[in-house]
Amino acid sequence: MNIPNELQYTKSHEWLLVADGVATVGLTDFAQDALGDIVFVNLPQPGDEVSAGEALGDVESVKAVSDVISPVSGVVLEVNEELLDNPALVNEDPYGAWLVRVEQLTGEEELLDAAAYEAHCAEEG
Amino acid sequence: MELIFERSRPGRGSDLLPPLDVPECPVPAQFARKQAPRLPEIGESDLSRHYQALARRAFGVCDGFYPLGSCTMKYNPKLGEAAAALPGFTGIHPLQPAHTVKGCQLVMAQAEYALCRITGMDRMTLQPAAGAHGEFAGLLLIKAYHRHRGDKARTVILVPDSAHGTNPASAAMAGFTVRNLPSTAEGLVDLEALKAACGPDTAGLMLTNPNTVGLFERDILEITKIVHGAGGLVYYDGANLNAVMGVARPGDMGFDVCHLNLHKTFATPHGGGGPGSGPVGCKEFLAPFLPGSALCGNGGDHSIGQVRAFHANFLVVVKALAYLMRLGSTGPAEAARGAVLNANYLKHKLEEAGYASAFPGLCMHEFVLTLEALKKETGVSALDVAKAMLDDGIHPPTMYFPLIVHEALMFEPTETETPETLDQAAQVMADILRRAKEDPESLHAAPHTTVVGRPDETAAARHPVVRYVFPEE
Amino acid sequence: MGGYLPAAPEERARQYEALGLSGPRALYRDVPDQVYLDAPLDLPAPKSELEARQSLEHLAAQNVRFPTILRGAGAYDHYIPAAVSAIAAKEEFVTAYTPYQAEISQGVLQSIFEFQTMICELTGMDAANASVYDGASAAAEGVAMCRDRKRTKAIVSGAVHPDVIATIRTYCFGADTEVVVTTVKEGRTDLTGLVDDQTACVYIQQPNFYGLLEDGAALAAAAHAGGAKLIAGVNPITLGVLESPAAWGADIAVGEGQPLGLPLSWGGPYLGFMATTQAMMRKLPGRIVGQTADAQGRRAFVLTMQAREQHIRREKASSNVCSNEALCALTASVYLSMMGPGGLRQVGEQCFAKAHYLADALCALPGVRLRHPGPFFHEFVTDLPASADVLAGLEARGILGGLPLEGGLLWCVTEKQTREELDKAVSIVKEVLGIWN
Repeated sequence: MNIPNELQYTKSHEWLLVADGVATVGLTDFAQDALGDIVFVNLPQPGDEVSAGEALGDVESVKAVSDVISPVSGVVLEVNEELLDNPALVNEDPYGAWLVRVEQLTGEEELLDAAAYEAHCAEEG
Repeated sequence: MELIFERSRPGRGSDLLPPLDVPECPVPAQFARKQAPRLPEIGESDLSRHYQALARRAFGVCDGFYPLGSCTMKYNPKLGEAAAALPGFTGIHPLQPAHTVKGCQLVMAQAEYALCRITGMDRMTLQPAAGAHGEFAGLLLIKAYHRHRGDKARTVILVPDSAHGTNPASAAMAGFTVRNLPSTAEGLVDLEALKAACGPDTAGLMLTNPNTVGLFERDILEITKIVHGAGGLVYYDGANLNAVMGVARPGDMGFDVCHLNLHKTFATPHGGGGPGSGPVGCKEFLAPFLPGSALCGNGGDHSIGQVRAFHANFLVVVKALAYLMRLGSTGPAEAARGAVLNANYLKHKLEEAGYASAFPGLCMHEFVLTLEALKKETGVSALDVAKAMLDDGIHPPTMYFPLIVHEALMFEPTETETPETLDQAAQVMADILRRAKEDPESLHAAPHTTVVGRPDETAAARHPVVRYVFPEE
Repeated sequence: MGGYLPAAPEERARQYEALGLSGPRALYRDVPDQVYLDAPLDLPAPKSELEARQSLEHLAAQNVRFPTILRGAGAYDHYIPAAVSAIAAKEEFVTAYTPYQAEISQGVLQSIFEFQTMICELTGMDAANASVYDGASAAAEGVAMCRDRKRTKAIVSGAVHPDVIATIRTYCFGADTEVVVTTVKEGRTDLTGLVDDQTACVYIQQPNFYGLLEDGAALAAAAHAGGAKLIAGVNPITLGVLESPAAWGADIAVGEGQPLGLPLSWGGPYLGFMATTQAMMRKLPGRIVGQTADAQGRRAFVLTMQAREQHIRREKASSNVCSNEALCALTASVYLSMMGPGGLRQVGEQCFAKAHYLADALCALPGVRLRHPGPFFHEFVTDLPASADVLAGLEARGILGGLPLEGGLLWCVTEKQTREELDKAVSIVKEVLGIWN
């Protein structure tokens, strides 16, 4: 399983990269594998406020839906529109297929580094 | 096979109407359609064969055993069809004056009376068109009741984690917050968890009894007492009434409002997904909130309004009344006992064949197998087993429900099956279990004999094609 | 033989024996004594099939069946070709459940796919669902599709069917959505100044409740100018001759499918249909059938986009709908296939022409006038003296006259009524009103 060192992670299996005051959020390799073939992503709109620990959208597989929990609080700067046409990218390249970029950051959830996240995944099996 | 649009040829069709016998009067150009809809152009003979081919590719109760859990796929007596085809019912306009529809009113009154007797409720509305529609209407009764008392704090509906998906969805549509209640290891409502969840924000509890794992909530009187004690109301999801009709009544168990599925318990056919009918019964104190109709009247003083136009899915009610007349005072209990007996008989046979029940002991009208161990051992999933059943002409049970059981298969044989049918089904299941151990690959690839194999559902959902794409597009 | 049990009593006794049970009470051992019923229900004794059939026939005979129906208001008396009822009665369709198991349900799934295509063709939309309960609940579900966090108000035209308005209100009571009903000016929707930045949608009906044709394009433009969606409630029987709602700018088209081959049946079961644009497709509630293929590349149909629905999304689902009106949708598909584009056009033209014939003839009588100016389709409101007497006179001669409405009568004429019947109705009205010429 792929867990890049340069990213931060949540226990609910989102990854986070903060640069220049903008947080980029996506789903981890573990998450996409557990969900199976992703068929649709529901994303917020630019300008929407998101809160750390609350759902910012969800991803659908054929027979399941799973919330994407925002690791940060802030305002949505942009969403990855490419995923609306090609949700399979989340399966194929989870760390390339970011979901949203959030700015005006005011808070964050408890975050894990790669090693801690790997341990967390091992626990969840 | 071809789609009906692919059978279409320009210029084909039937002469169905006489020529216009009044002066022509064209639609004003501003409103006139510029491009005709591309409906099929097809002769009646071709049309007839098209639908016969579709019928051969469908599977009804008429085709074979249909133990689809939670759906009560019992035999649909033909008397109901005959009654619902009477021109004295089909030819009646919903807005005819009252003195010209006495027959319709009597049908409604007789059905309401019988359903009140069976449920132990005081009043019944036949307006809702399906079970989920009934849930919505029933929950609005609860909402209106609390609002009417000025108690706006009651915003939470409690729903067991084993509940049908419609329960939380209906509660949310009615504007409630849903709080999930965990089940005990035995598959029943956890009384301590219920007590802890009840409070001044409790609007009500939604419950099926027997519940979705096919067990009767033996503490039901305690459950309804706890909710009432906290000031909430108790809603009965009638999806599983077939187990207890004539044997025990929701009204006597302490439920305040309930819905029924005439297309399950009362033998009206499901039509490939409807029409159904979802009457809602309630105790007298909720009667003022019952729905009516803006044009047809009949609402209570503080009516929630209406959830559809006109009166009811009337012809479905006619079919149910035909069934109710045949059952009379003693038939409901006989049917229920037959359903519970058949379920236990099949459960026993399947356990003998080596399948694991999710919950041991006696069940009500349905039971749940768990194939978790089989999957670990052989890689064969509940889905694989279900698909293999298709090759033997049996409609599979409900898969992956309730959510609290892993690799679940939920069987509901109903009372209208003979012991031989159940024996044969058990034999089919035993053979599948043997193949799971000897040749799991053949089950992963099942079904083998159907007109298509497992469709690619991922592709369907990723790039939805929900209408025919005409060649010229 | 209660409950249609197929097994003989001795066979059932053997089943109890196999389970080691003494009888029914043992089967129901979890049911507390306090609620266990020992006695039969307080209902009549079971009836034989012959007796039940006679009772039901007797009930049907107590209704008055009007040979001529000049009343619509949401339920329409159209000709139903013989093949429609015959095909819709096929037992494989009638007794099937929702097509969860695609491999053995291709017939039902394909029929729904064909229905969705026909609804898209009629409405001009990109996607349709497998149906909902009826036109009124379709309208309410359409409103729910438009609501979001920022826009929580629904504007409903006052010229919409009263049952539809009331149903929208009920659903909005559930969802705590504000409903504003517009005023009606000369029988048509008056949207002036109503659409604001809280408005999620505007719901209109075409033709409207009074039978009048609305300026759909102008209403759509007004809704869109305020950032709201336009929902059009349309009568599908008109769409062989009237412009499609998509063409005049609707975002969602819904309606009552009863005119498409379903009998009047005192109001149900009917057929709610819903269609929308590509952009809003995933907001459609309920079952949707999609095309795909199996592993061998054979075309196959499945229930798709299921993660929208209640059985997966539970309390987060936008709708709880599950059972719909599949058999009624199949009936409508057979009807539309029998009629074809030419037949549907002919029905529309005849409804239009015959309604105008009756309106002209009635309004030629002194004291009778059309209430509203401007174009109508196949329904119209007349003001006339003594409307109760008129209705009684018509009823005595086997004619169901127009619906009493705010002192007037709302008439409807379809392709089914002959000139002779219409002339007869007019002469009865004349007689009742004491007009001799």
